[in-house]
This record gives sequence, structure tokens and C-alpha cells, in this order.
Amino acid sequence: MMGPAYTLRMVVEATCYAILALGLTIQWGYAGLFNAGIMGFVALGGAMTMLMSFPVNQDFWNSSAPAGLGRVLLIALAGAALVFAASRLHRLGVSRGLRTAVTVIVLAIAYLVFMNALTPVAAEIESTAGFVGGLGLPVGIGWIAGGAVAGLVGYFIGRICLGLRSDYLAIATLGIAEIIKALLKNADWLTRGTLTVSPLPWPVPAPAEIGFVGSRATYLAVTAVLIVAIYILLQRAYHAPWGRMMRAIRDNETAAGSMGKDVNRRRLEIFVLGCILMGIGGAALITFVRIFDPSGFVPLNHTFLVWVMVILGGAGNNLGAIFGALLIYIVWTMSEPATLFAFHLMEQYGRDWFGWQPPADLDSRALQMRVFIIGLTITLVLRYAPRGLMPEPVKHVD
Amino acid sequence: MNELVFFINKVVIAGSVIGSIYALGAIGVTLIFGILRFAHFAHGDMMTVGAGLSLVVAVLLSEAGVSTPLPIGFVAMPIAMVLTALLAIGLDRSFYKPLRDAGVRPVVLVMASVGIMLMMQGLVRLLAGSSTRSFFFAERKDIFRIDLPFLEARRSLVITEPQVLLIAFTVVAVVALHFFLTRTRHGKAMRAMSDNADLARITGINTEQVVWMTWIIGGGLAAAGGTLLSLDVTFKPDLSFNIILPIFAAAIVGGIGRPYGAIAGGFLVGFTETLAIFNWSILLRPFDALFPAWLEVPANLAFVPTEYKITIPFFILVAVLVWRPTGLFKGRVL
Repeated sequence: MMGPAYTLRMVVEATCYAILALGLTIQWGYAGLFNAGIMGFVALGGAMTMLMSFPVNQDFWNSSAPAGLGRVLLIALAGAALVFAASRLHRLGVSRGLRTAVTVIVLAIAYLVFMNALTPVAAEIESTAGFVGGLGLPVGIGWIAGGAVAGLVGYFIGRICLGLRSDYLAIATLGIAEIIKALLKNADWLTRGTLTVSPLPWPVPAPAEIGFVGSRATYLAVTAVLIVAIYILLQRAYHAPWGRMMRAIRDNETAAGSMGKDVNRRRLEIFVLGCILMGIGGAALITFVRIFDPSGFVPLNHTFLVWVMVILGGAGNNLGAIFGALLIYIVWTMSEPATLFAFHLMEQYGRDWFGWQPPADLDSRALQMRVFIIGLTITLVLRYAPRGLMPEPVKHVD
Repeated sequence: MNELVFFINKVVIAGSVIGSIYALGAIGVTLIFGILRFAHFAHGDMMTVGAGLSLVVAVLLSEAGVSTPLPIGFVAMPIAMVLTALLAIGLDRSFYKPLRDAGVRPVVLVMASVGIMLMMQGLVRLLAGSSTRSFFFAERKDIFRIDLPFLEARRSLVITEPQVLLIAFTVVAVVALHFFLTRTRHGKAMRAMSDNADLARITGINTEQVVWMTWIIGGGLAAAGGTLLSLDVTFKPDLSFNIILPIFAAAIVGGIGRPYGAIAGGFLVGFTETLAIFNWSILLRPFDALFPAWLEVPANLAFVPTEYKITIPFFILVAVLVWRPTGLFKGRVL
């Protein structure tokens, strides 16, 4: 079971998680931003890489659906322009109360028109072509698109939420992650929904060509190069005046603000940067597992696990984040067989000694022990090693 | 008037039911935020645990041969409320208080509550499996059908016993909470500490006692909310994650730290949810003849398809935050 192919799989996935952890460690460690919606950015990255690199679906392009989608897009743009215009009505001397009312009404009508235009097109795509398919572009472009879209969404979230306290940001990002998942899961025409899309193309020769070990090792090389590049860039940024400014804002917002630093703007900058990294990491992860499954995104695996990695590794230390990601992911993966083994042992002794009749779903229940252990790790590390195993080095200047 | 009765069934009753659940959860969240200054992520799981404890007590009572006119789960609920309150205090002693004493930033407390959320989730699913369970294992669920012949409606008003109990319990709990906060010494101390913790400490208020009261009220109401929700539908171990977002939305929309705001926010979110997924074309059907020929009423005029229900609380949250950053009841400025 523990052959090189299996080990390689684990390590590749761990490196993908390390990219996610790097994205989180700059948000949390550099700027103190509590992003509880990593799952959403992972899902966006995965969806984009699927849409960019999956082979072209000729059925879709030969049908009348692309034209229909174009019309829907035009309606959406027109609606957005109308709503924007309505929100600017006060410039024409309309009172603010009336402006808000008009904006809300225009928004509601535009939304209903948009939905009514989309529904038949979506139904047509689903019945004739299944789903829109991909663009057949190289995988690397998919990863870049994943990062770009995640960054764009991060920008809008940041614009709304970054002025608020971090608890609000956590709740808001948690909600947005759930919304992204709901959209991807139910938009069957775009993502095939719960039917899932596979196999996704690889950026390196697939296992069928050069064998599991060879292809996974090549994949590992790609992700490793990616991590090293991100790490070097982040380290340079950390030691540059930019990084010093970020830490100054994190440690004392008021003081930094009074020194003329634009606190909210800088925060937005780093939030978007972190989201881009999460999008890329998510894209790399989804490409590797070869299946895009919107239901497979769960906060436990794609948000909280990353949090444990960053807290345990040491927030604010990039090396700590990478180390935490590798360690936690390996422990997480290995804990599955370990928990099952422990529970089967317990089941056996329980039956032999006490005549205990275990429930039929013991295996799925046993796996819940991993959830418990992740939770316990968070609380214990926060209490006994709040700065992580590799804390951020603090320079003292005498 | 069948349509009107349908509207009452689908919106007024369903909205009150889900609004009550959200309000019961949001009161706890908002009090914990007001007193302890952090978003308690584990609150949804506290509701699940409370419901699970009710179920266990109900099974034990039923096996002991107790039979009651009210559903046995409802009779078991007070015991579960006490147990959940104790659990909340225990969690505070063992996890939150040490962090508080170490003087960590509030955000670390939020992280810790995420950790506790995962621990509770894991334990509940380990012990209860992932299947759903009904509270009505020994009896039948009473369903009241009220005919409204004077409205010329053939459809009857449908409300179940758990729904009646839930709405009644929420009213009683809200009134009791009001008198507690305005008339008793503990309640006043609580409000004082929520307004200004330092000032409250100077005036000699026992802050640890206030923290205990907060967990007792929050835990008790969480257990009640979880139990009543499970009585209405079924007990699901993964009930929590779907419910914590609307509850936070309710607490924030009402104004964080404001119990009355939490109640209002709970009902606002509950009703918005049901109104958004309600198919408005049913209400327009009687007026079909009035519409001009070119304007056909579509068969489905719901704003949001049911599968996107989870997105609604969040949109309310963002809208209110943009429009009124401290919530409807002018909560704490963050």
C-alpha cells in the first residue's frame, strides 16, 4: 500500500495544500485577516482550470446555445449598467431615499429578467450538449485563470468586508464559500453539477503514458517549482519595505494609519494576493485528482485543514506554512487507515470480550475521529503554542 | 381563496417556524459576542448537541414508561437545556477561559471556537452516525388541519404540534429574557457589561458570573432551538453547518450585542428566506383574467430556486452591512 506511487500522490497533494497555506499565511500572518472561505477560492480555481483546459465540447458549439449565452450576457451587462445608473441618480438631484428605492427595484427587475433569459438557455445546453465543456487550452492557462478569478472575487469581498472587524470577515468569507459551492453544484449547464467532470488533463504526461511513478514525480516537480517561486517572491516581499509596512499595519493599525499608510488599501492588496495563491493551489489540486466534483468541496478539507497547517506551522512564517502543510497533510492522510485500524481492533475486542454489536456504519463513523482530532489540534496549539512550531522570527534592533 | 391559505401555510407558518429557530440561536450568539467579544462558531453544533441530548433523554424517559400528553422530546428538552448549559460552561472553563486569561486577541478565540466546532461535529457524528432520526419513535406527530370555510377555501390550514410548541416556546423565552434583562440584578449586570466591560468591572460587577450567565442562557436556548427544530423535522447530525450562517446573519443584521435585535434579525432572515423561495405566481393566479393577453404569468416566479436557499442570509447580511454597518438595532461598532 505504501508504494512510491502512493507516497508520491500524498506528497503532491501536500504541496498543493502548501500553496493554499502560503496564501493563507500572508493573509493571516502578515495582515491578520481571518479568511474562513478558502474552500470557495479552491473551488473557483478548480472550476476555472476545468473550463479552460477540458476538451472542447463540439455539441455545445454547434448548437444555438452559444448565441443564447451571448444574449444572456448582454442582458446581464445591460442590467448591471441600469443598476449602476440608478445608484448614481443622486447626482441628478434625486433624494437618497428615492435613489435607494429605485436602485432596489431596478435590481430586482433586472435580476428576474436575467434569470428568465438564462433558464431556457441552460435547459437547452443540458438537454443537447450536457454542459458547455472546456476550451481545450493548456493546463497552465487554466491555473492562471483560476488564480485570476479567485483574486477578482477576493477583490469584491475585500471591498465590502475589509473595513469590518475580522470576525465579520470570517463569517462573510464562510458564507461566500458556501455560495460559490452552491452555484457550482447547481449550475449543471456550466459544471455538470453533481455528475462531475473527469478526467481533467494534466500539465505533464499522464500516468497512462509514462506510468504512475514517473508522471506523479513530474507533477511533483511542477508543484515544487511553483512553491519555490512563490516562496522566493514572498520572502523578498516580506523583507522589502512593503512587508515591513504590512507588519506595521498588523501590529498597530492606528499607528500605521497615522504615519500615512492607507490601511484598508494595503489590506485589500494582500487579501487579493492571498486569494490568487489559493486559486492557483486549488487549481493544481483539482487538476491532480483529475475530477471536478463541486460536492467534493467541504469546509473541513479545504478550509479548516489549511488553517491547522498555518497555525501549527507558525503564522507569518512562510517556511512554517510549507512545513505545517506537509506535516499536517501527511498526518491527515495517514490517520485514515490508522483510525480504521484502531476502530476495527476495538470492534474485535469489543465483540470478543463484551459481546458488543457495532453499528453497521462503523467505518464512516470512525473517520469522524479525524475531524475531532483536527479540532483538538487547533485548540491545543492555540493554547500551548499560539505562535506555532516555527514562529515568525522577531528582529530586535538595539 | 385557496391561494391565500397556501400563502399562510408556506410563508407565514414556515417563516415563523424557521425565524423562531434562528432567533433562539441568534440570542446566544449575540450575547456571547456582546459579553465575550468573539463570534462563537460552535453555536450551531451546540444546537445539535442539545438536540441529541434531548433525544437521548426522550428515549430514556420513554423506556422508563413515561407517557405525556405533549411530545416526549419536548418534555425532555428542559433536562437537555440544563445539560447543554453545563457543557457550555465546561467548554468555557477548559478552552476559552485560559485563552482569555492569557489575554489573546479576540480572533484567536474565534479560531478556538472553530476548533471546538470541529470537535463537537466529530463527536456527534461518531456517536450518532450520519443517519437522521425522528423524535416521534413511540407516538404520532399531531397535525392540526384547520378548515377555513368562511374564506371559501377548500385547502385547510396545516400546522403541526411541534410548530405550535416552537412558536409558543419562543414567545415565552423572549418575554422571560426581557424581564431577566430589565428587572433582575444579573440581567442588568449583563447589559452593563455588554455596553462597556471596563466600566462594568469598575463598578464592582462580578464579570466571571456574567460570563457564566451568558453561557447558561446561550447554551440553554441553543439546546431548545436545536430540539424544537429536530422535533419539527428530524434530528440530523449535520444540522449545524447549514444553520450557523443564518444565525450569524440574524445576529449581525439585528445589531451585534443586542438581544432584541437578534430576535428581530432571526425573524427577518427566516421570513426573507421563505419569501425568496416562495413561488409568487400562485398568488397571481386568481388575477390571471386581469392580465393583458401579451403578458403571461410564468409558472415559476420564485426569486431564488430552493437549492440556493443558503445564499439568502448572506445577501441580507451584506445588504445590511453596506446600508447600516451596525445593524438594525445599532449594535456594537466594530
